[in-house]
Amino acid sequence: MIVKREKLNFWERLYAPAVLGGFKVTWHHFARTVFRSGPVTMEYPEQKWVVPPGYRGAPYLVKDQAGRTKCVSCQLCEFVCPPKAIRITPPGASGAPGAGNVEKGPAEFEINMLRCIFCGFCQEVCPEEAIFLQQDYSLTGTSRAEMIYNKEKLLALGGTHQDKIQKWKHKAEEAQAQDVFPVPPAA
Amino acid sequence: MHLPPFISLAAWLPDFGSDGNFAVMSLIKIACLLGVLLTMVAYAVLVERKVSAFIQDRVGPNRVALPLIGSIPVLGPFLTRLGIWQPLADGAKSFLKEDFTPNHVRKLYFWLAPAITLIPSFLTVAVIPFGSNLLGEQMVLADLDVGILYTFGIVSLGVYGIVLAGYASNSKFPFLGGIRSSAQMISYEISMGLSVIPVFMLVGSLNLGQVIAYQADGHWLAFQQPIAFLVFLVAAFAETNRLPFDMPESETELVGGYNTEYSSMKFALFFMGEYANMITSSAMMVTLFWGGWTLPFWGLSAPATTLGGGLLHIGIFLAKVIAFMILFIWVRWMLPRFRYDQLMDLGWRRFLPLTLANLFVTAVWLWLTTTAATGNPLPK
Repeated sequence: MIVKREKLNFWERLYAPAVLGGFKVTWHHFARTVFRSGPVTMEYPEQKWVVPPGYRGAPYLVKDQAGRTKCVSCQLCEFVCPPKAIRITPPGASGAPGAGNVEKGPAEFEINMLRCIFCGFCQEVCPEEAIFLQQDYSLTGTSRAEMIYNKEKLLALGGTHQDKIQKWKHKAEEAQAQDVFPVPPAA
Repeated sequence: MHLPPFISLAAWLPDFGSDGNFAVMSLIKIACLLGVLLTMVAYAVLVERKVSAFIQDRVGPNRVALPLIGSIPVLGPFLTRLGIWQPLADGAKSFLKEDFTPNHVRKLYFWLAPAITLIPSFLTVAVIPFGSNLLGEQMVLADLDVGILYTFGIVSLGVYGIVLAGYASNSKFPFLGGIRSSAQMISYEISMGLSVIPVFMLVGSLNLGQVIAYQADGHWLAFQQPIAFLVFLVAAFAETNRLPFDMPESETELVGGYNTEYSSMKFALFFMGEYANMITSSAMMVTLFWGGWTLPFWGLSAPATTLGGGLLHIGIFLAKVIAFMILFIWVRWMLPRFRYDQLMDLGWRRFLPLTLANLFVTAVWLWLTTTAATGNPLPK
């Protein structure tokens, strides 16, 4: 296709419309920034962007309402993690002390935030809804070691998950009920 | 309230003989002038950054705070947001940065080029009358009778620094920048020079003080010679390598043009040279076309006899220069860069004939009016 070039008229050859148009645009922006709504930029360290729901930030571990670590160290997330950012140390055959008569909570759970790519596969694969990508998008540290978050830190940052099912609460109740004799009649 | 007239600076100083007095006075004036010029350069950079930020809906520099002043309740944060201290940080930065000399450059010329760019832009200020009288001194460094010739002579030296930088850098982008700048600055110097000739035909003198005297009481030459003023204005943009004519630099095409290979203080010298050039060009335009330090009312056209009047005249001159600086800065964010052939076309095929026609028309007009007035075609 050949684009036809319009011949410029006298004023256009004097650059008059270009100069006027340019002034109009620049003045509009200048006046808007100085006299009306102010600049559109966000002054980052003081003002922070509020992320929309569903945003994939840093992955953290969560507890349920009973304060139980939801992770059962199945290591699926460790397996699926594309950049191998997660390392889980399971508690071994005897189970974690304090995990209750249920499942094996992890002895240690580390996420290297320098490797993590925020893909969300760990959240996707987790059968226990124990790890969630949350809202933090700006992680900083002064050393590499500091950027490897351990279980304690991940749980502190992750907070409580408002779990509707509370699977382990019911499991624990069932297990405790078995110790009671005679078995109470079913409701 | 009027301060007593004829307070003389010379009366306060010891007598050094007539030559000695002149030298001492000149040194004092040079020191003040350089101080003001360098401050204006620093703050022109700040204004440039702020204005560009506002035009682009941004904030601009708002971080640099001074320890004590920054903690004054309202004023401190306000000044910090305004970026008032940014030039200090910029200056400190250019001293502290590594001064890197690439291995492939021609060392002598590489070192020489920034100085050769900076010096002419400072020298031009010498002939500009920046005020009438203050403390019994005439507010001009050198009251030359060939003021404008001196200016054009010095300004044309400015191109050598840039060409030399392009050559000495010994790499392709600076070289292209150098070539472009030589072509551009030489082309526009011609239109610039021709555009001011009608001014001096009207005034009848090359002395810039005489030019201002002619423009007293509002006979500003911008209204008598609008074409000359417009050509001079555009040529000034080209001479100072400002957008829309920043061919030699053109960051987007040539990485940075002639100053690609420069860093630290050497780069800062180029940068200061550019802004000093803008200031001197603005001062030239104010002097030649906008009445210099005069204003047509309240008797401000006559040379001052009091201290306050002298300071007021300097203030008027600075205000006019600052107005032109803001024009320079605003245009940078307003117009896109010209193509190289458009630039040459504008310089040679539009401005050159236009200035020649303007010259001719002015000459005929002067001839007719002087003949009508005196019966003699030659003014006495």
